[in-house]
Amino acid sequence: MSSEDPKRLTTMISAKAIEEIEHWRSKYPADRKRPPIIAALKVVQAENENWLSEEHMKAVADYLDVPHIAVFEVATFYTMFHLKPVGKNVISVCTNLSCMMCGSDKIVEHLQSRLGIKLGETTSDGQFSLKEVECMAACGGAPMLEASEIYHENLTPEKVDSILNDLGWEA
Amino acid sequence: MGTVTIEIDGVSLEAETGSMIIEIADDAGMHIPRFCYHKKLSVAANCRMCLVDVSNSPKAVPACATPVADGMKVLTNSTKARIAQKSVMEFLLINHPLDCPICDQGGECELQDVALGFGNDVSRFTEGKRVVQDKNIGPLIETDMTRCIHCTRCVRFGTEVVGMREMGATGRGEHMEIGTYIEKSIESEVSGNIIDLCPVGALTAKPSRYKARAWEMQSTAGVSPHDCLGTNIEIHHRRGEVIRVVPRENEKINEVWISDRDRFSYQSVTDSERLTQPKIKKDGQWQTCDWETALTHVCDQLNNIKQSEGVENIGALISPSATLEEMYLTQKLMRGLGSHNIDHRLRQVDFSSQFEAPMFPGMEFDIDALEDMDATLLIDADLRREQPLLALRLRKSTRHGRVMSVHSGEVENNFKVSPNVSVPASDLLAQLQGIVAALIEQHKEVSAELTELFVDIKPTPDQQTIASELRINDNACLLVGQSALEHSKSSHIRWLAKTISDLSGCAFGELTAGANTAGGYIAGALPHRLSAAEESNICGWNTQQMLQKGLSAYLLMNTEPELDSSYRDAARVSLLKSKFVVMMTPFAKGEFLDYADVLLPIAGFTETSGTFINVCGEWQSFTAAVKAKGEARPAWKVLRVLGNLLELDGFDYVSSQEINAAVKERFESTTDARVGHFQRPDSLESGGEKPRPLSMYDMDSLTRRSLCLQMSVQGQDNWRRDQIEHLVASQSLPETESPDSLINLSASSAESETASLQESSDA
Repeated sequence: MSSEDPKRLTTMISAKAIEEIEHWRSKYPADRKRPPIIAALKVVQAENENWLSEEHMKAVADYLDVPHIAVFEVATFYTMFHLKPVGKNVISVCTNLSCMMCGSDKIVEHLQSRLGIKLGETTSDGQFSLKEVECMAACGGAPMLEASEIYHENLTPEKVDSILNDLGWEA
Repeated sequence: MGTVTIEIDGVSLEAETGSMIIEIADDAGMHIPRFCYHKKLSVAANCRMCLVDVSNSPKAVPACATPVADGMKVLTNSTKARIAQKSVMEFLLINHPLDCPICDQGGECELQDVALGFGNDVSRFTEGKRVVQDKNIGPLIETDMTRCIHCTRCVRFGTEVVGMREMGATGRGEHMEIGTYIEKSIESEVSGNIIDLCPVGALTAKPSRYKARAWEMQSTAGVSPHDCLGTNIEIHHRRGEVIRVVPRENEKINEVWISDRDRFSYQSVTDSERLTQPKIKKDGQWQTCDWETALTHVCDQLNNIKQSEGVENIGALISPSATLEEMYLTQKLMRGLGSHNIDHRLRQVDFSSQFEAPMFPGMEFDIDALEDMDATLLIDADLRREQPLLALRLRKSTRHGRVMSVHSGEVENNFKVSPNVSVPASDLLAQLQGIVAALIEQHKEVSAELTELFVDIKPTPDQQTIASELRINDNACLLVGQSALEHSKSSHIRWLAKTISDLSGCAFGELTAGANTAGGYIAGALPHRLSAAEESNICGWNTQQMLQKGLSAYLLMNTEPELDSSYRDAARVSLLKSKFVVMMTPFAKGEFLDYADVLLPIAGFTETSGTFINVCGEWQSFTAAVKAKGEARPAWKVLRVLGNLLELDGFDYVSSQEINAAVKERFESTTDARVGHFQRPDSLESGGEKPRPLSMYDMDSLTRRSLCLQMSVQGQDNWRRDQIEHLVASQSLPETESPDSLINLSASSAESETASLQESSDA
């Protein structure tokens, strides 16, 4: 069983971040240890250049007193968590059923050719990462993508170009 | 709970309210296909294989998650049910590889069976199948994760039964995988059960992988030789070779589980070097000989020593996991010679109350009663290490009840324990005295003498809590752990425990070493009692005296005292110094090669018939599954011949059943009156110490020699690693390979298999 120091997380992230995790933790009954995992991972990811290392996830598990695997399960399920280093802007493009039927394949193709990377990759200058994600509950505006926490709907290749321009993509 | 009447496939059945359709069907012997449902696990309803047609329901419903209702009409085989089941099967086979001929599960695979009944012969799915990287989760379990159908039985087993969540489902949708996410070995001491739970070939037993097909093996019922529960097992063997060990269901004892050492210790008899011929040491050299020469030599030497040094200089030590028959004949042989130096209590240190001991130490309640306890006190018990399945049982009680523990040293439990009092061994007595004092305070009718004895003791709040929990709850018990008996003041501990039980009214239980301590007591493998607790007019030497003071001749019945006993160093010295040591062992290698003078090859685990009496006093007899290796013979036969050669009376048994019947007759004619009760001491004792407890896979000569157990996480924890490695290294391993490189080897072979799988799917 994991018997690592539960306080390890406090040395990995700021006191303010710990405070925020505690804020979320206080919202749930004390014997319910798993609900704050998502919130804690979000806080930790924000403090760590937008990604979660194995060590970070284990530290969160030990801090919340849950098995390591419980945190791994949550972190691998939700596409908003990045398990390897990502670029400054993460473009998450939905390829689920509704988006696919409305042409997300073309959007993905366009994004890949504009950025010169494949899904799951990061541009060499570390500015953009491209990620394929599951449904983000915006089927009414399919196809859609999320860039830096903003939803962009009813995409066309031209619209994608302007989004990339706004985010400062030159090439 | 009321009952309702439901109808399944036209058969009217009584059902308890709240039960699920699948349970009722199972009880009635009607088969509904399923993968994720398991009677010992929570309902997940994620495989959808058990869809059945229920009247008034527009869609088929899962039988595992649909509670019965009065008048419900269930059809398991209607067109609607059939279509639903076939569709689910088609979905499951989309990603499952169809390579049963190269899968170890083939022939005993639930998916294979159900596919035969419900699958289509042609798949409509033409896309590539997904491939999942295999994980190396240790030396016990092999993974083939591409075969996994995500039933999550293994995950639920870890979470619900073991209380250690090691496996999980990571990823999402088509990317979901069952595993540990990071590369790690499974640490649980009951992990092997997920092999049985897995309905497909995703999790299979590593040591027996590809050794035999299910239909080639014969099965013999057996009893596990590792702990005092008497866990029921099935031994699977083919052409005289043991292939594997699996659980035999016994709701009263082990439910459907066995521990890893029950499952994998057979490796010691199949893979380690075995003694196949008798051997005599001549001028320091071991020479093989025939049985007659060896046994005549033993008789001559024993007679010589009896003549020259006196019979009181001969003694026998017996493994607490020897069978009842072996114990009985060994003591009969020694007593026939005239010596009462006989003992099987190898780890015991304090023998001062041996005359007050009951017929046999054990539990005064059934093992399955443990899960209903509202309050349980563990006294110096490390259940996970000593009786892993008892820990699973007790864990169930924590859903409604409370477990409390007072122990010395570090104990890691897989359930919530509160209060959890950990003290040095020297403070254990004081803790228990505090609980007695608290009970005296809370109690009104306590004898003046007892009150007087505890008058100076002030209980702590924890002790008060423990006392009142045991007293208030009707369903309460205490368990004195196996290692409490290794304490140098164990007599006082037992008296205190008994007093706590008497004052609080809770049930009393003592957990014992090996598989057959109860049998040892009943067989009379004791220096102070004959069989069935008949008083002996001569009291011989106990283990401590035999090993510390030293004897001229020893008969060692399947035990290695330098490892098994609490007197390791003294044992080494005494055994080396003695004139004559007869070692009865199934193994060819060990420290005994240095100190023994004659080696008699005996049948090992799975090779002999016999009886174990478990901690609740249940007699469980078993037969040999396979023949002993080479010229090795069941120990009871060897002892019988030895007895006859020594011209002793009463060694004419022709079967182990006859010996069993003889002991049973004596046992049944005994009344409890013959047996003493723990007496109140004149004053309270304090202090005391305990030898370092043995590690989980260092408890007997079998686990020590099982390579896969030694390579597991728990095995790596052995604090006597060097000695264990010496034993394990004597197995037929290629010389250049250390256990470490073996672990790596298995990892790399797993990778190459994945690679080949990937190739085939690409093609």
